[in-house]
Parts: sequence; structure tokens; C-alpha cells
Amino acid sequence: MVFVLAGTITYAGGYRVGVQGQRALAMGHTGVAVVNSAELGFFNPAGLVYLENQLTISAGVSAVFSEVAWQNESTGATARTDNPAGTPFYFNASYKLNENLALGLSIYTPYGSTVEWEDDWAGSHLVNNIKLQAIYIQPLVSYKIADFVSVGGGPIFVTGSVNFNRNLSRTLTNIEGERSNVTIDASGVNEWGWSAGALFTPTEDLRVGVNYRSEIIMNAEGGDADFENIPNTPLAPFSDTTFDAQLPLPAELTVGLSYELNEKWLLAFDFNRTFWGVYESLDIKFANGVVSENPRGYEDANTWRFGAQYIATDKLTLRAGYYLDESPVQPGYFAPETPRNDSMGFTGGLSLNVTSRLAIDASFAYIRFDEVDASYDHYIDENGQNVPFGGTYKSVAFIPGLGVTYKL
Amino acid sequence: MKNYIKYIGILALGMVACEPEFENPVDEQGAYTNGEADFSNYVALGNSLTAGYADGTLYLSGQQNSYPNILAQQFAKVQETDLFTQPLVADNAGGLLLNGTQLPGYNTRLVLGVDEQLNAAPRNYGGAITTDVSNILSGPFNNMAVPGAKSYELLAPGYGSMEALQMGLANPYFVRFASSPNTSIIADAVAQNPTFFTLWIGNNDVFLYAVSGGTGVDRTGEMDPTQYGRNDITDPQVFAGAYSQLVSSMIEAGAEEGALLNIPDVTTAAFFNTVPNNALELSAEQAAGLTGYFQAVAGIFTQFLMGQQVPAEQAQAIASQYAITFTEGKNRFIIDVPETQTNPLGFRQMTEEELLVLTINQTALRQQGYGSAAISPEVMEVLGILQQGGQPTQEQAQLVLDAVNGIDDKDALDQSEIESISAATTAYNQTISQLAQANGLALVDINDLASRVDSEGIPFDGGVVTSTFATGGLFSLDGVHFTPRGYALVANSIIETVNATYNATVPTVNIGYYGTITPSND
Repeated sequence: MVFVLAGTITYAGGYRVGVQGQRALAMGHTGVAVVNSAELGFFNPAGLVYLENQLTISAGVSAVFSEVAWQNESTGATARTDNPAGTPFYFNASYKLNENLALGLSIYTPYGSTVEWEDDWAGSHLVNNIKLQAIYIQPLVSYKIADFVSVGGGPIFVTGSVNFNRNLSRTLTNIEGERSNVTIDASGVNEWGWSAGALFTPTEDLRVGVNYRSEIIMNAEGGDADFENIPNTPLAPFSDTTFDAQLPLPAELTVGLSYELNEKWLLAFDFNRTFWGVYESLDIKFANGVVSENPRGYEDANTWRFGAQYIATDKLTLRAGYYLDESPVQPGYFAPETPRNDSMGFTGGLSLNVTSRLAIDASFAYIRFDEVDASYDHYIDENGQNVPFGGTYKSVAFIPGLGVTYKL
Repeated sequence: MKNYIKYIGILALGMVACEPEFENPVDEQGAYTNGEADFSNYVALGNSLTAGYADGTLYLSGQQNSYPNILAQQFAKVQETDLFTQPLVADNAGGLLLNGTQLPGYNTRLVLGVDEQLNAAPRNYGGAITTDVSNILSGPFNNMAVPGAKSYELLAPGYGSMEALQMGLANPYFVRFASSPNTSIIADAVAQNPTFFTLWIGNNDVFLYAVSGGTGVDRTGEMDPTQYGRNDITDPQVFAGAYSQLVSSMIEAGAEEGALLNIPDVTTAAFFNTVPNNALELSAEQAAGLTGYFQAVAGIFTQFLMGQQVPAEQAQAIASQYAITFTEGKNRFIIDVPETQTNPLGFRQMTEEELLVLTINQTALRQQGYGSAAISPEVMEVLGILQQGGQPTQEQAQLVLDAVNGIDDKDALDQSEIESISAATTAYNQTISQLAQANGLALVDINDLASRVDSEGIPFDGGVVTSTFATGGLFSLDGVHFTPRGYALVANSIIETVNATYNATVPTVNIGYYGTITPSND
């Protein structure tokens, strides 16, 4: 049974954080075909032109409480992360110039990860702690070609940072017995990308959307590599230097639909395919010519999302959703730096119309992960030995979020 | 509106409290079982090997990786246990001070130093010694191991007395943490009401003799240990008497379960296997020269014997043993042995089984003819005279004989010494095995473990542990004591035996997480 599980379990999401709108998240993070708010700037800019008001603004922030536990039955070793709450946020504005043309601006954080294991834990030769951040800033145009079809899109400016610490090996210490480790740090890494979408409205009740966000390779050049607790010997030739590394933020294709059952009920379905296959290896090239190769072997992964919205009263709208998130991580590549495995998301939320212009949007997601026996089999130690690192992992994540929608 | 916000706040708080939980968490009671053993108050008895001694001394990280400390951490995963305490030294430099002055013979730890040509060799760490014996720790300590202790010394009152230390009669390591000047190690152990114990003692009863190159005396037959010198072999009956008293004291104190570790065969230690006895590497020319020299020695000695009225035939028969021949390549060294009637010059070539110690002067071996002959220009001159059929003077002949440069007793274990060691080890191990069986205790076969490491190595997830000096992973830089990885191997061996003896399921450790030797140029 354990083997069957191990074979089918994969790591969901990598370092993708699907929290780009409280309304959408409450509905299982569907939205490529839901015309609801300026959240469309992220989900499908083609839909902005259908927003009723001249100016629509949606902004919000979530708190990601995500923890991972690890244990190894044969040694009795255990470890738990002590992650600070992540705070993905978004800001979307849409301004309608005329019936056929809208302009927008979106700022969002679709990729990021903060994982803090106990220092010197059993997997510390792979990671002690890591913090990834990427902020997307995107001007948008949305244009209605005909009554039944619109398109939209815009360039993306990304600014990101990474900070990663791990021990150099399972045993190397200085004379005091303190573990030798390295921190790599790079910030202000800037790149460009784009996204584009189309929205079809074949009947009054049905919308069909498609959206594509391009791959962006973050090039960290000249970052700082800081070596600590290195023994004073030519046998351990490590000193502070700089490094170059690449981290891909993969492309994502979404297709989906929404159907208005009646005035109160709306159903939505999204399918995401994230092109994780680009993340083959994390290679860190130090200025002294040493290259640290860390095979990742990700494969493209799918997410199926389902959502429903119920307009209870003039003031109150309720939402619920579910999604199934497949993993890009393949068996034998389960590295504890991105410890979020195959998951199901259960989401809910509401909007409260405080005035006719202002609504409060709240959402809540509980992400359920199966307990999984997994290993990372591509660590090569200082003697050239391939040393797998495995054990049982269990993760949980809770994501409460608050936002506002403002219409003018 | 306010209500909703309140709810969200409560929800958020709930989430912070929520932690991932395993279906079968290994860190909760019941994940493993202690079986019939009670690990709640574990006390370890032993010598340096139990103290975590490594690289020629006791230092902090060595103690943290002592096998009793590793065991205690694993026991704590099985059962609620008392905190395991050790008499920790002050630093990672090692060595001992007495009232601020370094105790002779208690130097800093060995580290692997690297010179400009990138040659690596052990050297003493240059850091300051700060552990002062006069700084007496207050116990009790679960790890009662005292480096240097012999079996019967665990029973000796006053073995931790500062007064006795100043007369050279006590052990500075026990002085550091003895509960009173007149106590004994076993008394301090018993006073802790142990529920479980390990005992690994007897190594020094034979090992100190071995490490001294057999310069001590095999005291088999001598029943009074007060007559023994430091490097003597303890009589097996004296050992058996002391050992059984230790075991019964611990059992009577409440430690009805425990593990007895036997004594590894000394010849498996890197200390005796690093400098091979055939490291005399010669070119064809050098071999011919050395053969010629020893022929000259035999010739001169024949003449000498005949001068002493020994019949020619008999003189040749005796002297011929000194006409040792050497060949191109590896040759076994010449070793000094006691002068006897059959070997009046007191040297011979080493046999295949005989061993050299790690601490032998290897430069002398390579460059000064140590282990063969130190042939000076004067000796060459005499050899030249002989070659031309000339007759050297008595003085010149003596010069040739004196050039024989056999390996000293302290640098080698000869066959009879190895036999003494082996006989004592076998006898000790029989006692240990009998007492384990008689008392239902776990018998941990470290002798077998050491021989397996020596013969085939022990595989782990990062390679294979072997007994090769410095790189093998078992032996620290003193060639006798283990590395943290070696001690982890001992801990696993104990765990496996204890599990089997007491139907327990204590988890083993992954020895790949334990380091070996420390490189440092400090």
C-alpha cells in the first residue's frame, strides 16, 4: 500500500501559490471565464472589458499558514518546519475607456515560497531554509472584437529575490563541531514576460475563457554566496564568493467556463496546465568555477478547479470551491525545499456589499495533503556517493484572506 | 460585518495552532517499544571508548558523539527517560590542565593538517587547553566512563582522588567528576539507581600492553593487580573477578537489564595496520648492497665465534641466520629481539604476522635505515676491505655489527607478544560471554564487528566503513579510538543486540550523519 501511494504521489504546485483573488479563491481559484471583478486582470484580461463600471479595483492579501512535518521510521528522526506566514497579495484596476476597450493594471505574486526547517535537521544538507519571492507588475489592454468574443493581455515586469541556506554536507564541521553551511542571496532580479487571454460568450449564460501566461526565467547574476563554519584547511576550500543561478517561473495555460444557472447561482470550472518541465535542475554556478547541480526533473502538471457562487441577498454573496492540484515533482525528486505535495483545496468565502461601491471579499482555503513516503535520490555527497534522503512527509496549509472590491 | 471579521480572526488563530500530524507519529509514545528493558535511567560504564575519546584525547564534540549519548537519544524515542548527563569537558581542543598547567601526556586533539605540498598528516591542534582537572564537576553523571581505566580500577576507592593524583595513583578524568575523593567509579554508578547499564571494560587490560609495543609484562598468573605496571596484561582471573563484581553490583543496584560489550582483537586496529612490516622498499642495487652487508655481518660473526673456540661448522650454523637476503621491491624489516643462545646478536627479520605501531618514526624507517642497517661511510669502508679479501681490525668488525638497526621492542609487536595479547583477549571475552549468559544480559560482539570492518568493511548509505587509518571512517587519528561514525556503529550494534535480547524495537541511527576525522590547519 505504501508503495502504491509513493508511486502515485507527486508534489503539487512546486513554488506556485494560487492566491490571486479572494473571490476566485473562494470558488476554488476559478476565474478564466468568470466576469466578477477586476481579479480578471490576473485570470483573463480579455474579460475586463465586460465589467459594468467605469473603474473597478480589487485588492487583497492572504496569510498562508503552511507547515510540513518529516519523520523517518527507521531512525526515529523527526523535523518540523517553522514557517512564517506567507503574505501573497494582489492589486487589480480596470478602467473602461468605451464599450469595446478597457485598460488595466495588475500586481500579483503568483510564485513564492518560504520554508524554514530546524537548522541542522536530518535534511539540512539539502535545505535549512529558503525564501523565494516574485512580484508581477502588468499593464493590460482588453478589447471586445465582437459581442461574443474579446481579447486582452499585456507585458509583465517581474522583480524577485531568493535566499537559500543549506549545510555543505551531512558531516562537515569546523573545529568546534558547528556545521559548515552556505547561504546564497540574490535580490532585485528583474525580468520580463507577458500574458494574453480570450473570452467567448456563446450564449447569455455561458462564458468560455482561455488565458496564457508566459514562462519567465529569473536570472540571478552576481548574488552573494556566504560560507559559514568552514574548517581552516585546504581540504575544504570554501570562501565567500558570488554566484549565478537560474530559476524558472513556468508558463501557465488555463481554459475554463462559467455558467449562470439563474440569477442567484453561477458555476465555474478551470483547468490549469503549468509547464513545470522547464525546471530540470537548479544549478548554482559559483564565481570560483564550482557548480552545484541539483536535479529537479519537474514535469508539466495539471490542476482541476471547480467553483460555485450564490447571491444570497443584495448585501451578501457566498462562494465555495474545490480543486485538485497535481504535482510536477516526480518520484525520487522529492526535495524538502518545496515541501508541498499533491493536494486538494477546499475553499469558501463571501462578499459583503458595504455600500453600492464597496465590497469586502473574504476567502478561506484549507489545503489537504496526503501523508507521503518520498525521497530525493539525486544528492551527491563530498565523496561522489549518491545518498538518497527520504522519509514520510505530511503538510497542511490554511489560507485566510481579505480583500476589497471598489467600483465607480 | 464586525461579526464576520471576528470570525475570520478566530479562524486565523485556529490555523496557527494547526500542525501537520502523521497517522503514526514516531515521536509519540507507542511508536517503538522498550520490550522487557527499562531504559529510564541508563548508566554507562567503561573506559575511553565509552567516554567518546577520539584523536588522542577527550573533547566536547567527541563526548556528544559518544555511543552512550547516541544510545540515550535513541532510548528517549522509545520510552520516557531521565536526561542523560555526561561529565563534559570545557572545549573542543582536548587535553587536560592541572591548576593551570598542562598535565604531561594530556595534549590537544589530533587534527589532519595539510602542508604546502598538500601532504596530509595528523598533528596536534594548536588551540588552548582549558579543561582543568581541579575544576571538579558535580554529578551524578550517567556516562561514568573514565579514559584509561582498567577493569579492576572501576572498583578502586580513591581512583578519583586529587591527592592520589598528585602521587600518580589516580586518574585525572575521574578526579574531574568523582562524587568524593574516596569513592570508586562503581560506587558512583550504583548510587544513581540505574535501570539499565552498558559495560565495556577490559580493553586497557590488554591494549595498553599492545600499544606500548609489548614493553609491559604479561601478568597472567599474578593475582595481585597492585603489582602491575601500566602497560602490563591483567591476569584473566583478576579480570574475571573484577568484571563479575561490576556486573553483580549493577544488577543489585536495580539495572537488571543491560549490555556487555566484548573486547576487539587488537590486531584489527589501524594503530597496528597502517605501517606494514614489509615497507622496506628497495631498488635492485640497494637490495644487493643490504644483502652484501648482512653477509658481512654473518662472516664477521662466524670469525668472532671461531675466535671464541666455537667449532667452525657450529659457528657458521649460528651466524648464517644473519645472512639475510633482500630483493628488489618490498622487504620485511629487521626487528630487535632478546639476545639468546640461538640468536646471540638479538635481531632477525620480521615474520608475516608481526606488526608495527602507528607511532613508529616513519622518517627513520625511510631515511635512516631504521629497520635494516644504518650504514655509515666508515662501515662502507670496512665492507670494502672485506670485499677485497682483507682482514678488518676488531674495532672495524664491531663497527659493522653495530650498524644493524633493528626495530625497537616499543615499535613492534612480535609473535610472542601477539600470542599473549590474543590469549588474554580470548580469556576476557569468554568471561564476558559467560556473565552475559548467566545474567540474561545482551552480549554485544564488538570483536566480531571490528573484524568485519577490518576484513570486508560495513556498507552504509554514503559508502563503506573500513579500518583504514584516517580515511576508513572507523578509527580516529590516534588509530585506536573510534570516530563519531565508529561510535555510531557501536551504538547500532548495541541497539540490535538489545532489541533481540529484550524484544525491544529501539530505532538505529544512520551512521552517515556522523563525521569522521577533522581536517584543520589551526
